[in-house]
Amino acid sequence: MGSAGAAAAAGIHDGELGAPPQTYTGKVPWQEGAADAPPAALGTDFRFFTPAERSFIEAAVNRLIPPDPAGPSAVEANVPFFLDRQLAGPFGRGDHYFLGGPWKKGAAEQGYQMRFSPAQLYRAAIKAVDDYAAANFHGAAFASLADADKDKLLKGLEAGTVQLGDGVDAKSFFAMLLQNTKEGYFSDPLYGGNKDMAAWKMIGFPGAHYDYSEWVTRHGEKVPYPTVGMKGRPGWSES
Amino acid sequence: MTTTLKPVDAVLVGFGWTGAIMGQQLADAGLSVLALERGPWRDTATDFATGFAQDELRYMWRHHLFQNVTDDTLTVRNHLDQEALPMRHLGSFLLGTGVGSGGVHWNGQIWRFLPSDFQTKSHNQQRYGAKAVSDYDLTVQDWGVTYDELEPHYDTFDKLCGTSGKAGNLNGQIQAGGNPFEGARANEYPTPPMTQTYGPTLFGQAAAELGHHPFPHPTGNLSQPYVNPLGAQLGKCTYCGFCEKFGCGNYSKASPQTTILPYLMAKPNFTLKTECEVLRVELSADRKRATGVTYVNSAGEEFFQPAEMVILSAYVLQNVRLLLLSGIGKPYDPKTGEGVVGKNYAYQTMSSVNVFFDDKLINPFIGAGALATVIDDFNGDNFDHSGLGFIGGAYVGGMVTGGRPIEMIYTPQGVPAWGLEWKQAAAKNYLRSFSFSIHGSCMSHRGNYLDLDPTYRDVHGRPMLRMTFDFTDNEHKMSDYVTDKAVEVAKAMNPREFKVNRRTGSWSVTPYQTTHNTGGAIMGDNPRDSVVNKFLQTWDVPNVFSLGSGAFPQNAGYNPTGTVAALAYHAAHEITTRYIKAPGPLVAA
Ligand SMILES: Cc1cc2nc3c(=O)[nH]c(=O)nc-3n(C[C@H](O)[C@H](O)[C@H](O)COP(=O)(O)OP(=O)(O)OC[C@H]3O[C@@H](n4cnc5c(N)ncnc54)[C@H](O)[C@@H]3O)c2cc1C
Ligand code: SF4
Repeated sequence: MGSAGAAAAAGIHDGELGAPPQTYTGKVPWQEGAADAPPAALGTDFRFFTPAERSFIEAAVNRLIPPDPAGPSAVEANVPFFLDRQLAGPFGRGDHYFLGGPWKKGAAEQGYQMRFSPAQLYRAAIKAVDDYAAANFHGAAFASLADADKDKLLKGLEAGTVQLGDGVDAKSFFAMLLQNTKEGYFSDPLYGGNKDMAAWKMIGFPGAHYDYSEWVTRHGEKVPYPTVGMKGRPGWSES
Repeated sequence: MTTTLKPVDAVLVGFGWTGAIMGQQLADAGLSVLALERGPWRDTATDFATGFAQDELRYMWRHHLFQNVTDDTLTVRNHLDQEALPMRHLGSFLLGTGVGSGGVHWNGQIWRFLPSDFQTKSHNQQRYGAKAVSDYDLTVQDWGVTYDELEPHYDTFDKLCGTSGKAGNLNGQIQAGGNPFEGARANEYPTPPMTQTYGPTLFGQAAAELGHHPFPHPTGNLSQPYVNPLGAQLGKCTYCGFCEKFGCGNYSKASPQTTILPYLMAKPNFTLKTECEVLRVELSADRKRATGVTYVNSAGEEFFQPAEMVILSAYVLQNVRLLLLSGIGKPYDPKTGEGVVGKNYAYQTMSSVNVFFDDKLINPFIGAGALATVIDDFNGDNFDHSGLGFIGGAYVGGMVTGGRPIEMIYTPQGVPAWGLEWKQAAAKNYLRSFSFSIHGSCMSHRGNYLDLDPTYRDVHGRPMLRMTFDFTDNEHKMSDYVTDKAVEVAKAMNPREFKVNRRTGSWSVTPYQTTHNTGGAIMGDNPRDSVVNKFLQTWDVPNVFSLGSGAFPQNAGYNPTGTVAALAYHAAHEITTRYIKAPGPLVAA
């Protein structure tokens, strides 16, 4: 849910669920100092992934965004930590997902149709992929496969040609993993990934600026602004 | 137990753009007005301040401002023979909730439809023959209202928002620099157009070389400070690039918050209740009059709110669902073609072209929600459709709304979605590419409709809405035709390469396309073919009005909200000048 403290005291919350009903008449109900500031990922410990799951995740995300001189790999950008915090929090629980039944397979056009919340899906899918790897690559877990075999397996998940056990839809899992990996790579460092804003620097995105007025007519020039995250900005408050 | 509350003159169901517009109009006419909104209060300083508004993860991908589908969603399928399944996560469209709703996190692309768009059936029939409007099982209709009738109300919305743009047709005189194809406007835009950044400028040059008519997109992102007729003040847009899907921290994007609420919330005869979800409209025993609405709040308490007038301003999907749940109007049956509620659901047909340069720094992060140079040469009936095999069209815009890296990195044709090749292509192209948007119409079709799902229920036990929709051959042909025109513009720009993203295959719930859902509570000139009359009054229950894009009999090749707002003002004018003096049908059936 939204950040604790001031925000909770002001009755502000994440999304529309769970807030008390209010009646307003005669004035704009604005509260001085109230801010629905984002919840930062704190600490460095892993709370969701087991050590074996962490090995899988590190191996998988580093194939999705591998190391090279252009910029950080997903592991260098701290994506596994980002994923851990996301899965340990509201996203992992399926906040903003409808997970009620009945559950049916559906056409690709109908989108995500599993009963699993994202956290449940990661848990089940990591095991299912490791089981698949063991059965098809001489007993090895995914993390210990050669890069070429990792890529082969990942491509199979992406295309849905690899069939997984435990009720896991391979394509849906892959799509979620890739999306979440890019989120961890490119989101504000506040959420634990995009370490040192290196992914932003790699592409040339200057970050959480809010005023480019000066540069609108300066076509084709390099914007010399330093890269900033939300925390580096004036107006940021840890409420 | 249901508690009965003190009656009010008018109850608004939902408090986004249409709710705020109608609320202000009715409150100014002296009525006691109550707005019931299922989501929370929202204001700029608290909810999207500049210290944390530019958060791609939280707002775009974690849906912080959007409807939470955990306890209510809709079911979807492409055709009648399929079983509809729930949309378990938002994707193709991002439904709003809370005060201001979609008006908070929209782009601010403000359009008027073409005069001929309001006569889709008769106009095309006359020009291209009867087959043109019946091919592919199309069920297009005329609107029962004309551009000329709506013009003063479009103008009111422009003045409310302070729309930045350049007129192309002032009272019939074509103006240089504007859209020469638009319907005649009585007045110039309230503020001058936005200054174009590099990408849109290049697009405009290339389009002009080809003989097209480029002009700056009209925007609700303001080019200069503005005070509107309600005394609300808007600031100058800073091209922050976190506009659509985000709230504006600068008070520079027209929204209910920046244009209406400071005025309306201060009125003693207006009350807003948040976290209150309307379950249904209650009818009198003879079913000819609404007595009020039943709603439940987030504490789980249920109330009956008596009202003289019920205004559905809950966005098209919930409006249609409430009509169906309340038994107002005859539900549409796609097999027989009979009935009207849920009929002619339509959408928007989108495609795009990405262009990549070696020598040009586009700097896509300098952007705004509606920042684009556009051509309207291939929209509506602005071009001769003879022999083309479709009706409708699209605008093509060289748009740079921002460079948010999770969503908006373009990579060339053939680059995979991950791995080293993807990473290197992202690093190489991010600053040197941008996209054209081909924003197409969507005609209505016999098999595209909305009804109640037989299986899935929301947290209150009510059937979910079921959406049956797919693009027809008319839409695919139209989209391909205009996309080809966009490709010609791309080539004229001499990029290193370009990539064409055509509208292929069936409609899918992912990825994001537009939140331009239309139809299902369509307007027209008689009760056999429509749910509401030209004043958005339901034919069956004259004290119930249904606002919003549900009234569109089919969708034009433009963003809807300008027309949604004009229709709301048009209805409000009739309600406040005629209806409240003599309640009853405003148009004889
Ligand atoms: C990302 C995005 C970008 C967009 N960009 C543009 C653009 O550039 N140009 C354009 O023209 N349009 C744009 N749109 C569309 C635009 O936002 C909508 O057309 C507009 O907001 C519709 O206004 P409305 O009043 O009909 O619905 P909304 O503004 O959605 O308001 C409906 C309200 O009703 C409430 N509600 C629903 N059901 C109930 C119930 N049962 N009880 C109580 N309350 C209820 C909802 O919570 C919501 O607050 C965009 C939309 C999105 C999501
Ligand atoms: S681009 Fe302009 S209007 Fe849009 S959010 Fe940023 S400052 Fe506001």
